[in-house]
Amino acid sequence: MSRFIDLTLNGVTSGMIYASVALALVLIWRATRIVNFAQGAMLMITTFIASSVIAASGSYILGFAAALAAGLVLGAALERLLVRPVEGGPPINAVIVTLGLLIFLQAVAGMIWGNTPRSFPAALSIQGFRIGGRHVLFSPFDLFTVGSVLVMSLALGLLFTRTGMGLRMRAAAFEPEVARLLGVRVGRMLTWGWALAAVAGSLAGLLVAPVVFVGPNTFDAELVFGFTAAVLGGLDSAIGAVVGGLILGVALSYVSGYESPALVTLAALVILVVVLMVRPSGLFTHAKARRV
Amino acid sequence: MTAVAHLIARLEAARAGWLRLPRQTLARHLVLAVGFGLAFYVLSVYISPYRDSQLATAAYYFTALVGLTVLTGLNGQLSIGHGALMAIGAYATVLLIGRAHFALVPTLVAVTVITATAGGVLGAGAARLRGPYLAGATLALAVGLPALADGYPGTFGGDNGLTVAPPTPPASLGLSFPLTRWEAWIAGVGALVAFVVVANLLRGRAGRVFRAVRDHEVSAQLVGIPVARTQVLAFTLSAACAGLAGGLYVVVNQLAAPGAFQLSLSLSLLTGVVLGGLGTLGGAVWGALALVFLPAWATNLSHAISLPTNVSSNLPLALYGIALAGGMLLAPRGIQGALGRAGQWLGVRLRKSTSNEEGSDEQDHK
Amino acid sequence: MSRTTSRSRMRSRIGILGCLTAAVALVAGCGSSSSNGTTPGVTATSVTIGSHQPLTGLAAPGYSEIAPAAEAYFKYVNAQGGVNGRKITYIFKDDGYNPTNTVNVVRQLVLQSNVFAIFNGLGTPTHTKVVDFLNSSKVPDLFVASGCPCWDAGTTHPYTFGWQPSYTIEGKILGQYLKQHFAGKKVGVLYQNDDFGNGGLAGIKDELPASQIVTAQPYEPTNTNIAPQITAIQHAGAQVEVNFTVPAFTAIGQLTAFKLGYRPQLVVSNVGIDPTTVGGMLASFSKGKAGTALIEGAISDAYLPSPSDSSNSWIALFKKVHDSYDAGAPMDGNVEYGMASAYTFVQALQAAGKKLTRQSLVNAVNAMGAHWSGPGLVPFRYSTSDHGGYAGAQIATIKGGKVTLLGTPETTDPGTGPIVPYTTAQPTAPASGIPTP
Repeated sequence: MSRFIDLTLNGVTSGMIYASVALALVLIWRATRIVNFAQGAMLMITTFIASSVIAASGSYILGFAAALAAGLVLGAALERLLVRPVEGGPPINAVIVTLGLLIFLQAVAGMIWGNTPRSFPAALSIQGFRIGGRHVLFSPFDLFTVGSVLVMSLALGLLFTRTGMGLRMRAAAFEPEVARLLGVRVGRMLTWGWALAAVAGSLAGLLVAPVVFVGPNTFDAELVFGFTAAVLGGLDSAIGAVVGGLILGVALSYVSGYESPALVTLAALVILVVVLMVRPSGLFTHAKARRV
Repeated sequence: MTAVAHLIARLEAARAGWLRLPRQTLARHLVLAVGFGLAFYVLSVYISPYRDSQLATAAYYFTALVGLTVLTGLNGQLSIGHGALMAIGAYATVLLIGRAHFALVPTLVAVTVITATAGGVLGAGAARLRGPYLAGATLALAVGLPALADGYPGTFGGDNGLTVAPPTPPASLGLSFPLTRWEAWIAGVGALVAFVVVANLLRGRAGRVFRAVRDHEVSAQLVGIPVARTQVLAFTLSAACAGLAGGLYVVVNQLAAPGAFQLSLSLSLLTGVVLGGLGTLGGAVWGALALVFLPAWATNLSHAISLPTNVSSNLPLALYGIALAGGMLLAPRGIQGALGRAGQWLGVRLRKSTSNEEGSDEQDHK
Repeated sequence: MSRTTSRSRMRSRIGILGCLTAAVALVAGCGSSSSNGTTPGVTATSVTIGSHQPLTGLAAPGYSEIAPAAEAYFKYVNAQGGVNGRKITYIFKDDGYNPTNTVNVVRQLVLQSNVFAIFNGLGTPTHTKVVDFLNSSKVPDLFVASGCPCWDAGTTHPYTFGWQPSYTIEGKILGQYLKQHFAGKKVGVLYQNDDFGNGGLAGIKDELPASQIVTAQPYEPTNTNIAPQITAIQHAGAQVEVNFTVPAFTAIGQLTAFKLGYRPQLVVSNVGIDPTTVGGMLASFSKGKAGTALIEGAISDAYLPSPSDSSNSWIALFKKVHDSYDAGAPMDGNVEYGMASAYTFVQALQAAGKKLTRQSLVNAVNAMGAHWSGPGLVPFRYSTSDHGGYAGAQIATIKGGKVTLLGTPETTDPGTGPIVPYTTAQPTAPASGIPTP
């Protein structure tokens, strides 16, 4: 029983990390109708920046802020320089551009910071809470992880449904021509979408780095599972990203613990296929399937 | 516009006079294939054994890219899982040759059928999915399927994978005949078979139906095209190519291992087909060459300069990444598209300098 | 409508023909000449060797330091005139730990760059895919950087030689130590699900009674969440946790155990213990102490002197080479590994004599390899039939963040042979830093 609890808690924490990556992907999808394969590499860069700032200043808070700020700038800059020219073209071209970016950013990180992963501090203690005479697999930092991802998803949900800016962003993504006619500055909205998504991604990096360290390739799995979670939940839904992440995290923790870690990625495939066969546009998408 | 039509008609006529390709589709593709085969043969005996192995690699990449051309280019279904389909073909080849002692040709036929069947099943599911959902499902396939090898090490050799003996060139070719050339020939023939079959299908009704479904699903449905069945068919045909490519991969590399069929392979294939020029078989040729020569070029370029270790070891990847993103920005329709435009531009220029009978608005069209 | 189709058809045909001619030019333009009867890669003043290494990707951490360190040692030797008047050129290519790339770069090195030999090719899933090619091409394949027992096949693969002790030998020596010092204690094993982990596990099982091993948990190197495996070991009540892990997973495992407040006696095989690498990943969680606090007291094994033991003459030599030619890298176990294997390669070149051929190099290792002394704590097992590397290892522990050797070195074989102490003391490094033939 106590093992079941540990596996569940472990699944919740990793699920929330998948959710944070999924949120970033959902944001970009909602803002620009692009699946951003470079998301994992972008959050790797911002986490490295945080790591360097913490090493230089000794302040975790400063590093945390630096990562979020770097994400904002990186997201906006990449949208302007690389994504803008392919927006409105065939979606697959945008996919290739983000793939090129992924490879490039990983290489650049390897050049600057080397291949060996380095340690990254956590905001709070990583020692598990003591419950019933034993430490469970859930620490104050895990609580921080769960809390900040929930807050972020809530904030993004509100942004899209309750604010004018969110509305303008959605309009810009769905019907750029109409939105432009209505006075929405479409280009600026797209830039904002990428910038905010990169901030969400940066947060994911800060949450997962203490456990998997910072290295050019340490976030590869986070992107794959984050994308799977986003598709599972429905790419248009912030709640979907969180629920998708949770389902995936907990299920994979059980598979790894009770069956075999070799079957984890296979289990992710099975879960995704089963869900998509029942709901071809993910769990939380109400809109009709759209052609991309 | 009429000037354009006129021009094209003239160019067509000029070409017909020059090449005189048969009008019948099958015959035309056979003639093309023979031409291809001859060029491939001449090339393969002229170049060094290592270049032969690169040529062989390009041939199996081309075969896989033909499959993606059908699926993604012509039918509009995005697959990030073709590496996994190649893995099915490769593992099946190693098992059939290594364990069941099949001969090479029956093996390649069998793995094509096996992978096509798997593709049909996948396609039935994929037909329900659109855009990023299909991308997500195929990505999960690319990541998940190789895990089977780790899960069932008894059959699939675990993390280490399986190996198989290389094909032996017939004794009549002489003892010093390079093995890589023999591999290139086998891969080349396989690629040509895939080319003829697919080119033929695409010129006919199947190609029109594929394109109709890609361009407008609803309209296609209205004129009585069974959309789902068409999509499954495209997936099956595409998987058959990927399976054959997996078989040819084994001919060239003599192995099947999870490390060889990671997500990066699927992403490379997608990159190749888009960079080459999505939707045309010529694009598949360019894509295959790009996949072989772009990384090699990036490596050579970065070895040419002396740099700190961390920089020099990552520079090839950085250059490759720049080439992908930059290529898409500069040539949104891939190498094939860029060449087509360059060719047209050149054609217009040539025509204008040789004859001055017409107006000057021609270079305005795309 | 028909116009567009005919246009696109025409364009595609132009494209196909264009492709054909361009492809011919592209491929043919770069053809290279083949060898001319002499030994490939060897001239009177040079010898060119090649390697495949994971310089990027998942396996790059730590391992990408090995080849540059080996190259640094070759540069050091070259600066003193090389071997038999020949300077060593070392071409190492990135394969990203992907077997497809390994096949490609090794073919390129052998067929195009005409290297004399392949040296220190890294990894089991990668190198097993080129062993047949290298042996059928009669290319010496020296000192594979992997502890797979499979290199030890002198009869079927006469050109291939291992270098480090096989994972099974390490597992046996660790297992015997546990049998002697932790008798009756419950042992849990965490192992990488490949030949490295399975080989180590086989060695442990060879020595420990089956009842003492309460659980053996595999992990996949592509999945960093190993909490389910650590909880399984904890819940099985293991008092000793044996790791056949790479450094990143040693560190992740220790963080998870720390989270659970679970502190078994840690035992880590040589691959996963390098304190510089592991400590670097744990530095943020040691509360002001050294990054190695979480692995302090861990038991391991070593076949080379501790890289932090500056009083050792070999470490002093490697440090000198490192400072002159490879100063950008940390002076850790990977750098030591690269230089020590390069040292062995120079011994092989010397033994092959002035008239260097591929066969003379292989003959030299077969005939003399078992007698070479160098930085190793134990001798090599080389003979005509036996192509394994180091014959054993010595138990070590992490003390003050450094690898500290315990007891005497021991030797054994990868089979069921006995474990015997090896009492010959390690020689001091030659003053010149170059092996004395």
